[in-house]
Amino acid sequence: MSTESPKIKIRDLHKGFGSKQVLKGVDLDVGRSESLVVIGGSGTGKSVLLKSVLGIIHPDRGSIEVDGEDVVHLSARERERVNTKFGMLFQGGALFDSLPVWENVAFGLIQGKRMPRSEAKVIALEKLASVGLGADVGELWPAELSGGMQKRVALARAIATEPEIIFFDEPTTGLDPIMADVINGLIVECVRRLGASALSITHDMSSVRKIADRVAMLYNGQIIWVGPVADIDNSGNEYVDQFINGRAEGPIQMQVRG
Amino acid sequence: MNFLAQIGRMFLLFLESTGRIAVFAVSSLSHCVRPPFYPRLIGRQMVDIGYYSLPVVALTTLFSGMVLALQSYSGFARFQAESAIATVVVLSITRELAPVLAGLMVAGRIGASMAAEIGTMRVTEQIDALTTLSTNPYKYLIAPRILAGLTMLPLLVLVGDIIGVFGGYIVSIYKLGFNPATYVKQTFDYLETIDVVSGLVKAGAFGFIVTLMGCYHGYNSRGGAQGVGVATTNAVVSAAILILIFNYVITELFFAR
Ligand SMILES: Nc1ncnc2c1ncn2[C@@H]1O[C@H](COP(=O)(O)OP(=O)(O)O)[C@@H](O)[C@H]1O
Ligand SMILES: [Mg+2]
Repeated sequence: MSTESPKIKIRDLHKGFGSKQVLKGVDLDVGRSESLVVIGGSGTGKSVLLKSVLGIIHPDRGSIEVDGEDVVHLSARERERVNTKFGMLFQGGALFDSLPVWENVAFGLIQGKRMPRSEAKVIALEKLASVGLGADVGELWPAELSGGMQKRVALARAIATEPEIIFFDEPTTGLDPIMADVINGLIVECVRRLGASALSITHDMSSVRKIADRVAMLYNGQIIWVGPVADIDNSGNEYVDQFINGRAEGPIQMQVRG
Repeated sequence: MNFLAQIGRMFLLFLESTGRIAVFAVSSLSHCVRPPFYPRLIGRQMVDIGYYSLPVVALTTLFSGMVLALQSYSGFARFQAESAIATVVVLSITRELAPVLAGLMVAGRIGASMAAEIGTMRVTEQIDALTTLSTNPYKYLIAPRILAGLTMLPLLVLVGDIIGVFGGYIVSIYKLGFNPATYVKQTFDYLETIDVVSGLVKAGAFGFIVTLMGCYHGYNSRGGAQGVGVATTNAVVSAAILILIFNYVITELFFAR
């Protein structure tokens, strides 16, 4: 991946809300067909990072390139075109509760790719099957599903358009360990099958070990360590050590009061 | 001095939100006329706004027409002007009462539910999800609602006009003992097209205001369930106030000569 250009290239990304600086110069590359996992504490701006790449949040400063194209200063129409490259699994699922499950999964095909509904439904049911959900689930409403099933549906929706790049925002948070492992397995399988580049966020270390090729740690608005997942236990970085071992004592001081 | 600073700050805030709403209104309208369109969603909103508001609008206009006849009778009888009742009823209903009452009722019914629905979609990231699925939320969520509001309110008011006049008719005939044929004749004698048309123009404006406020406050809601609650309240209150203000403005445009 060192020779070819990266799929996503982020340089000096800054974003603040009011007086609070969240991202303070993030540099990050996601290679082609690579699975990069960003770790970091709650509230460090991991979701803000993903949303900046997707154009949901407009960064204050810095550049983001996707396939060598600058995506920070796009018009709404160009944004729609670029976003067809992406699939995103939101932290809370973000399923449309006014639509049945199958239509949620088919949404990107029907609205984004203008596919006829009957055709899109066939594909949606295939995608549901690939995350272990039967056709009967397709007719239910999102509110009728358990948390684990909602995550699976959200995963099916993220991969339905067979995107080149997939983002996973805390895919296993709030799930029991077994369901978390199932989701991790599905993610690895889906990403591999599509040959997609993946950028995931998690603070679940078993998830990191299962889905990452490389790991980056976000701390205090910057990426403080990047390396192959195999190196994570001897990164030589005390912040990373503290995080992956989950110790309260160390250089990272939790701000108990904001 | 502190007090003056307070007033100044409030005035600036007022100007700021007026500007925001104006920008939101313009971009919403521009998305209403540019493809892609979502006929299914427009249809669903039309049913929601038009059809399901019918009972509420029918009841309010019916009883307004009835009470109007009763009140005018007891008032006008003092100077033997009972023959003006039919005219008073039809002019009040078509020009003022049907559009304003329908607007306010729909603000409570539709404005609130739109703000709650879109606000919930905002705080649960469903609006962000739309963007990542290459769908413009203005076109998908807001344009269908505004188009439905613009078209369905005039229809509702037209129905309300008829029911309101009918309410006045019932009271005049069955309670006050008027002659039916004379009452109907008096109803149409002084009625002009502009009376009805001005009411329908108001209705269109109110439909736009209600749906715009519902969408604007929902779309910009922040911070979980509480934020959605605030958005809902603001949508209804601001729509009601704007309806009364624009009611005056439109009346002035039509009838101040
Ligand atoms: N739209 C927003 N408006 C204001 N503040 C925000 C917004 N989005 C995120 N933040 C703030 O940015 C910080 C990082 O948020 P986030 O990226 O969601 O954290 P996490 O790393 O847990 O995903 C938080 O302190 C949050 O309050
Ligand atoms: Mg997050």
